[in-house]
Amino acid sequence: MAEGRIRVATASLAGCFGCHMSLLDIDERLFELLEKIEFDRTPLTDIKHCGPCDIGIIEGGCCNAENVEVLREFRRNCKILVALGACAVTGGLPAQRNHLDLGACLSEVYLTEPGLVNGQIPNDPELPLPLDQVHPLHEVVKVDYFVPGCPPSADAIWKILADLVAGRTPRLGHGQIQYD
Amino acid sequence: MNESDLPSFLLDGEEIPFTPGQTVIQAALTAGHYIPHLCYHPEFVPHGSCKVCTVKANGRPAAACTLPAQAGLAVESDTDELNDLRRTLVQMLFAEGNHFCPSCEKSGNCMLQALGYDLGVMTAGFRHFFPDRPVDASHPDILLDFNRCIFCKLCVRASEEVDGKGVFSLTGRGIMRHLIVSAESGRLADTDIALTDKALEVCPVGVILRKHVGFAVPIGRRRYDERPISAQALDDAPRMMEPKHG
Amino acid sequence: MSRNDPYPSVDAVVERYHADAAYLVQMLREIQETRGWIAPPVVTELARTLGLSRARVEGVAAFYSFLHLRPVGAYRVLFSDNVTDRMQGSEALLAYLSEKLWVEKGKLSEDGLLSIDTTSCTGLCDQGPGLLVNGRAIPRASRERLDVIAALILDRQPLDQWPAELFAVEDNIRRADLLLGNRLAPGEAIRAAILRGRGGQTEAAANERSWREANPAAALGPAATLEEIKRANLRGRGGAGFGTGVKWEACRNAPGEMHCVVCNADEGEPGTFKDRVLLNRHADLVCEGMTVCAYVIGGGGATRGFIYLRGEYRHLLEPLEAVLARRRAAGLLGRDICGEPGFDFDIEIHVGAGAYVCGEESALIESLEGKRGIPRSRPPYPVTHGYLGQPTVVNNVETFCAAALVAVHGGEWYRAVGTAKSAGTKLLSVSGDCERPGIYEYPFGVTVRQVLEDCGAGVGKRATQAVQVSGPSGTLIDASEFDRRIAFEDLPSAGAFMVFDETRDMFDVARNFVHFFAHESCGFCTPCRVGTAMMRNMVDKIHGGRGTQRDIDEMCQLSKAMHMAAHCGLGHTACNPMQDVMKRFRPAIQRRLRRLEFAPAFDLDAALAVGRRMTGRDDAGAHLETEA
Repeated sequence: MAEGRIRVATASLAGCFGCHMSLLDIDERLFELLEKIEFDRTPLTDIKHCGPCDIGIIEGGCCNAENVEVLREFRRNCKILVALGACAVTGGLPAQRNHLDLGACLSEVYLTEPGLVNGQIPNDPELPLPLDQVHPLHEVVKVDYFVPGCPPSADAIWKILADLVAGRTPRLGHGQIQYD
Repeated sequence: MNESDLPSFLLDGEEIPFTPGQTVIQAALTAGHYIPHLCYHPEFVPHGSCKVCTVKANGRPAAACTLPAQAGLAVESDTDELNDLRRTLVQMLFAEGNHFCPSCEKSGNCMLQALGYDLGVMTAGFRHFFPDRPVDASHPDILLDFNRCIFCKLCVRASEEVDGKGVFSLTGRGIMRHLIVSAESGRLADTDIALTDKALEVCPVGVILRKHVGFAVPIGRRRYDERPISAQALDDAPRMMEPKHG
Repeated sequence: MSRNDPYPSVDAVVERYHADAAYLVQMLREIQETRGWIAPPVVTELARTLGLSRARVEGVAAFYSFLHLRPVGAYRVLFSDNVTDRMQGSEALLAYLSEKLWVEKGKLSEDGLLSIDTTSCTGLCDQGPGLLVNGRAIPRASRERLDVIAALILDRQPLDQWPAELFAVEDNIRRADLLLGNRLAPGEAIRAAILRGRGGQTEAAANERSWREANPAAALGPAATLEEIKRANLRGRGGAGFGTGVKWEACRNAPGEMHCVVCNADEGEPGTFKDRVLLNRHADLVCEGMTVCAYVIGGGGATRGFIYLRGEYRHLLEPLEAVLARRRAAGLLGRDICGEPGFDFDIEIHVGAGAYVCGEESALIESLEGKRGIPRSRPPYPVTHGYLGQPTVVNNVETFCAAALVAVHGGEWYRAVGTAKSAGTKLLSVSGDCERPGIYEYPFGVTVRQVLEDCGAGVGKRATQAVQVSGPSGTLIDASEFDRRIAFEDLPSAGAFMVFDETRDMFDVARNFVHFFAHESCGFCTPCRVGTAMMRNMVDKIHGGRGTQRDIDEMCQLSKAMHMAAHCGLGHTACNPMQDVMKRFRPAIQRRLRRLEFAPAFDLDAALAVGRRMTGRDDAGAHLETEA
């Protein structure tokens, strides 16, 4: 840890970046936070891979192979892993496809949908391959803390971060825990 | 009767007077003491299925909603052990169904959700079942989203006992338990349910929804945004209670 | 119903049961016996004629495993899936028959001819693997017998034309004591009770008076027999061991329009089959006990009797009906029993439809009332508010038999056998790894070691490593505990005694039981409904080689919640098998763990298979490594 600051990485998997937006919503408290932490891989730094970190924060659930790779990389490198937001905690909106058969789904969208001409299921190796179901993070790796909400409020995120940085077990009070 | 003439039991060390025939939860709520609960509804005979109201009475676990109040009973409720149990039960319910709060119109007015807030449930923790439970949108005015059902049987009882219709029933066994409607087609549109039915009002979660309403109340002003369920439940509790139905 | 309908009309069935909705389960069962399944219009028609909501009727039908709301094959083959059946090779035999008849387990064959599936223990553990074909029990499944069955099915032979030998169920009584060795004549126990009520006066002397206005000088009446039952220290044989005398007395004292006597013959605990033998061999004794009970609790008012016969024992229905008819003709059932003016009592048989939970007495009563078998909230208890809200005694088959013996021989005679706290004898259903499986009757207090010796367990090189006493909801003990005794004060038992030699994997044994509970949970309460299903998923995860210490921790968390908060005994005991294995055979679980910390419950690479198939990709990016 450079200058004794706590190293933090973040990523958005099968999410909408709404949780990251909410993170930015902690506004001027960011400056206070930045005195104590430094960022590793995040959408804010453009670092491509997560190195050894104290805290990893992940938004979104796992819906494809790439999500799994990133999540595993975070788990390998982060001492503390936090699932941030409804999708990371429950699978969220993307998981509402879980009762559908993936094969039938791809087939309907790309092959049999009326009006499609010469339909083809995209098969570029650059594209991450979808999993048959969307999973909340804790079904794929061990997760240490959970922050529900769609998105969690800036206050809730601030409280969790402040607790983690200070070495307190993170807790949210009434009005800060929300599932929507 | 004067309150001091009533028999009483102890709830977490405080004396709770009761009228004979009341259960522990009825007496406690009447006296202004909250015991977390989910399937219990003050207007109906207690069902005792969610088990969230489990307390220890003279050291033995029992559901407070169905446990008859008895003079001299020593009831523990607000303990770490019991609140841990309640958290586990709420987590089990969240893992069992498909509870995607952000897309649910009942969000903010949902008892399961509010209970999760009150108990500090941050995750279902267990592996989700992600069951396949198709919605029934056949009725022009009412939507049934079975994904959220917690099997409290309130709609079944309200429809039978208040509406006199028997539109709903629970069936299946174990984890395959499910709610059905009274029609050969299996569709709500082919039942005699009406918008004025009591059955529409009692669902504690977001299974039975009125169409054309949507997210009518803004976030921040919904039932459990304003006050936690523990405070709300005490407001709702009749001060002297007689079960009305059943 | 259509006029072309070839079956007896729904109305006719309803009429035979006097349009009494309490007989709904019986009506559904009878309709299905002729039609094969219960079609939607039948449900509608039943609801209409009974004045019930359609959802209520459908709700009841869909609760029971043996009632079908969807078309099923002309032949429905169910393999009993208790661990003892598996030890006798049931899984390979199921695969054999499926392959032979070209049908996938759990699915209807393409021509609609048959389906093959598993079912909970059918009570043929001493002569397994057990089968049910269209509800009829077939023991000793083997390749040879399955060849015969397959040919009969392909020939579309109706079941009543199958060789009777296929359906021959043995009693296998290996050790008889005072119960199985009794030589009582029909009516002897009832007459003894009546006579005792008269203070031993001869029948002729007291014949003038009604039994319920017994001579005050004698001041005895039915209470005299109640005293003997209490003196005998007779305790319920269904497992819980509640005092029979106390139960009868509470029921007798409870006010009601009628008093009910219910015989719990829903012998669903896997590994238990002694009630099957009692009902087959000693049906009169069962009826005697019930009639004596009616005499004791009746209090001069109306009484009704029921035998709740588990669906798996459907083959006993006709023989039992014949026994009842014979007893009616002999004046042992019906009006003025044994010539006692006003002593009216009769017994009806209700056949269950595949639901273990109905062995719980209040769930059984719900089922008797034509509802889903969901245990009631107690209090009030059945002794005050039972069948249709009336005072009701529910006792096990064996308890009624013992009560009949006490009525004849008296309490002192009975309590002289057994131990101080456990009077009399106990029937054990012995199965598993032993030479002589079957029924063993012992005085209470017998050691596990003695039973093992008698049944020929551990003979040869394979030592016995464990015994499951009283079935999955009971206790699993290891070899260090074989000197423990079968008795309420040590190892209480509802009768099951399953023996496992050292070659058996005790984790597999427990996993079978965990699956059983998940299948049989009624689903009423959260902890049992969700908990049993989660436990099933966790043991399957461990079985599939993905288990971690974390799964064991989660199972402990679930066990605690289920044990504390479940609505009935099923949920309370559903975690016993895993807890017992964790306590006594921990390495059987530990050696299956993948790693200590965490592993997903599923194969992530396999989760990409559909994607690979649909895109035709097989590049490196289309795969996920399994983490070591």
